Amino acid sequence: MSPVSGWRENLRAVYMFAFMFVALAVVGVFQSWSLALAILNLCLISAVMSLGVNIQWGYAGLFNIGIMGFAALGGVTAVLVSIAPVPAAWEAGGFGVIVALAISLATILAAVFVARRAPAGIPRKVLLAFIIIGGFFLARAFFFPAVEAIEAVDPTIAGFLGGLGLPILLSWVAGGLLAAAVAWVIGKIALGLRTDYLAIATLGISEIIIAVLKNEDWLARGVKNVSGLPRPVPYEVDLQQTLWFQDWAARLGVSPVEISSIFVKLCYAGLFAIVLLVVLWLSERALHSPWGRMMRAIRDNEIAASAMGKDITGRHLQVFVLGSAVVGVAGAMLTTLDGQFTPASYQPLRFTFIIWVMVIVGGSGNNWGAVLGGFVIWFFWIEAEPIGLWLMDLLTSGLAQDSPIRRHLMESAAHMRLMIMGVILLLVLRFSPRGLIPER
Amino acid sequence: MDGILNALILLSNFVIVPAMAYGSQLALGALAVTLIYAILRFSDFAQGDTMAFGAMATILLTWALQYWGVSIAPLPTALLALPFGVLCTIALCLLIDRWVYRFYRRVKAKPEVLMIVSVGVMFVYNSVVRLIIGPGDRWFVDGERFIITAPTFKRLSGFSEGVAFKTTQGLTILMAIIVVAALFWFLNRTRTGKSMRAYSDNEDLALLSGIDPERVVRTTWFIAATLATIAGVMYGLDKSFKPFTYFNLLLPIFAAAIVGGLGNPLGAIVGGFTIAFSEVALTYAYRKFVGYLAPGDWTPEGLVQLLSTDYKFAVSFVILVLVLLLRPTGIFGRRSS
Repeated sequence: MSPVSGWRENLRAVYMFAFMFVALAVVGVFQSWSLALAILNLCLISAVMSLGVNIQWGYAGLFNIGIMGFAALGGVTAVLVSIAPVPAAWEAGGFGVIVALAISLATILAAVFVARRAPAGIPRKVLLAFIIIGGFFLARAFFFPAVEAIEAVDPTIAGFLGGLGLPILLSWVAGGLLAAAVAWVIGKIALGLRTDYLAIATLGISEIIIAVLKNEDWLARGVKNVSGLPRPVPYEVDLQQTLWFQDWAARLGVSPVEISSIFVKLCYAGLFAIVLLVVLWLSERALHSPWGRMMRAIRDNEIAASAMGKDITGRHLQVFVLGSAVVGVAGAMLTTLDGQFTPASYQPLRFTFIIWVMVIVGGSGNNWGAVLGGFVIWFFWIEAEPIGLWLMDLLTSGLAQDSPIRRHLMESAAHMRLMIMGVILLLVLRFSPRGLIPER
Repeated sequence: MDGILNALILLSNFVIVPAMAYGSQLALGALAVTLIYAILRFSDFAQGDTMAFGAMATILLTWALQYWGVSIAPLPTALLALPFGVLCTIALCLLIDRWVYRFYRRVKAKPEVLMIVSVGVMFVYNSVVRLIIGPGDRWFVDGERFIITAPTFKRLSGFSEGVAFKTTQGLTILMAIIVVAALFWFLNRTRTGKSMRAYSDNEDLALLSGIDPERVVRTTWFIAATLATIAGVMYGLDKSFKPFTYFNLLLPIFAAAIVGGLGNPLGAIVGGFTIAFSEVALTYAYRKFVGYLAPGDWTPEGLVQLLSTDYKFAVSFVILVLVLLLRPTGIFGRRSS
């Protein structure tokens, strides 16, 4: 590629990002700045998430449809890191839960050890079955009484073990590590087989992670949710009472209440932007390093890369773990922004498939493209509802105000955005498969 | 002796009969997945929503028929509407194939790309279903509810436990047997079926011997749409119709197809029943069952449930993982993949 066309493509990307910020500014002017910043914050988080997916799909061609699960792991880490521990619950059942978890871990390790080391044959199968079934029941014997005791502790506000009481920003790193650990296990099982298997395995693990988070009340209160997570940024109420802030608001000529909410959102935006820039910088460095070239070589021709002595399964595992870790970080950021953890809000369409649309539309294999995709798609995901309503209104304008067809269509306009997303995905895949900012 | 018999009856009522019905539904879904995989060579993630679409079309006509007073009691009216639902789904699948998938076949896209395309198609189906019928629960079952109710069974047999056999369960099993028999007859005995198998085994060789690939593909969608609609309607009759639950069926259906070996029809059926039986058996509370078998009047204190029903997904997943670890090509899969 000649330097001139490369420069031209860069300019195109700059235009597109500029256009995106203009669109956000339009929302700010015509709807409200608070809404524009709320969209921007989620755009930033989505961009981090789609960078994670781009690492897996764009660099290596791995098809992960369990993004929701890794995001939820990041989310629960935010709770486990930041919430203060519940000493009464630890006293009631902390020991039992730890013993049960230790037994489960020991069972798995013993099973893996026997499966690898013992000579094959009937005795090994019997021994394996014995270890697994025995470990399962032994762990249950400790687990259930402990869980019952924990959930009985102050069930209206606690009923769980609580967290570590550390600053919530730490959870962004910890969330990434947890997601990476789970990704390693899944990758160990499903990578190296047919690509479909990774897809199904990730779909399965994400459903299970959500089921665990919904039902294991001792961990993070399940569907009772954990709210009131500590914030990394100041509270609006505190701001409104500080002198310098009042002074500042007065000088700008706006009410402190309004500006405080915008200020808080800006603080979040700053934090998220820092994370996004760090991840983006690292991704760019990785992509243009020998490692990145090797990954793309593997993606484009596995057989040739393998013949050159590259360990395909090993590299795939590496890239799968890295990408999932980035998604985990984004998940922790999202929960931090929400200030609460609600397992029931994790829906595959919202957390897995939309992210995929972001990567494909933005340009798979190009980090800047993934970021742009995160911005564009999130923006339209939010704005598709008013657009859908407007469209339905227009389509049904010939019908009477109270016609049942019109009413039904207006009520279901919200489902239009799934349609819009699906059609965008199909159109991009067909007519512009390299996305808005193509890979170079 | 009575204890053992009662225990067996209890088990049939709560495990064997429901698992047979559920297994039939999964087997039909897995057959559709496996056929698409064998011919079009990708995993179709829109499968759950294709089932939802077929069920929806059937439900709409069922409601119309119920409104007009048409009935085939004691059978559910939905059976009368089923052919209409099947036709709608076939039309939809053929249309989508023409507009969407055909292009990727021409450019010989990688299977991963086709998987993503099927995700896009899933979005569209999903929103169409929700736009037309809404995201909520819908009931459309009518006619006689039971083939045999628990009290009747008790009266006839004299046991203290009864087996309730719902009409929908009976119909599901019967339907699955008929459909599977027809499918295997088609694949093994007819010219088109043989050409499909030839195409699945070796595409180039099939093309050389003059098999029209587009015709094979059309036939595949025809069969897959029929299977998906029947599975979707039967599931909806047996439980209830809710678009989201159909999306959630993706995991057990794919697990079933993979357990049996992707691309292998017999495997899909065995896989479907394996998943269904494991799911139901592992989440059933065995308290009363143990009580019947144990001597005297002793019953265990707990529920004697291995896994809470909230974790039924975990069952499909664990089976899937075991198969991937032990025999990645599935029970009936060919050795090389």
